[in-house]
Amino acid sequence: MATKTYGGVAVEVDDEGFLKKAAEWTPEVAKAIAAEVGIPTLTEKHWKVLEFARTDTASQGQSPGPRRIVASAGVSMKELYELFPKGPGKLVARVAGVPKPKACL
Amino acid sequence: MENATRKIAIICSKGSLDMAYPGLILANAARMAGHDAMLFFTFWGLDIVNDKKVDHLHMSPLGNPSMPIPAMIAGLPGMEALATKMMVADMDKLQIPHVREMIENLADAGAELYACQLAMDMFKLEKKDLVPQVKDVISAMDFIDKSEGAQVIFV
Repeated sequence: MATKTYGGVAVEVDDEGFLKKAAEWTPEVAKAIAAEVGIPTLTEKHWKVLEFARTDTASQGQSPGPRRIVASAGVSMKELYELFPKGPGKLVARVAGVPKPKACL
Repeated sequence: MENATRKIAIICSKGSLDMAYPGLILANAARMAGHDAMLFFTFWGLDIVNDKKVDHLHMSPLGNPSMPIPAMIAGLPGMEALATKMMVADMDKLQIPHVREMIENLADAGAELYACQLAMDMFKLEKKDLVPQVKDVISAMDFIDKSEGAQVIFV
């Protein structure tokens, strides 16, 4: 178990860098993780996706994969990959402070 | 974790429904995880990207030791349609997209789709007979060149 400091906040992360506790997440934490994974600025569309990932995880008990995000967050598959070019399957969850998705799609 | 780009190249050589999905799902998973993915459709695998066939892929219960029915019964007329229908129903329940939608998603996700020239010639197909997501028709040697450095999966 490791602790990392993002945006001045110390958070617990797992071996792959996902936040252990969604409650430790703040928008500042998100910005810092995003910068680390190659997204220098979070746009309005990024926030829309992150917000969906957080509320969906809270209500469903598991984090959404790209297919679920595209179905409900108001972005297309193409846009999602433009927003998170290094792999939305993992990076949406990492920046949103929720666990690595178990979804295959 | 995110630094070096991994590259996955998948050869799809079978056109049955149950052999179409593994390659498509793996290519999609590669893109989800941020890796490069390319698919090469050859032989019967061309059915997966054949515009006339993609929505009608079947699975055969024959010659499949995993099917829980005797081969003699599996060979009866209508059994293939039944097995296909049951598989599609199960996949719909899990909200797994149909093959055409999987291909659209893959292209949107930045995976590259290629068809095999020799197989196209054999089946007398032209590029216009394929779904528009296929980027190019290439030779086996082109595939070897394009997949340099990739981890290759044969389905």
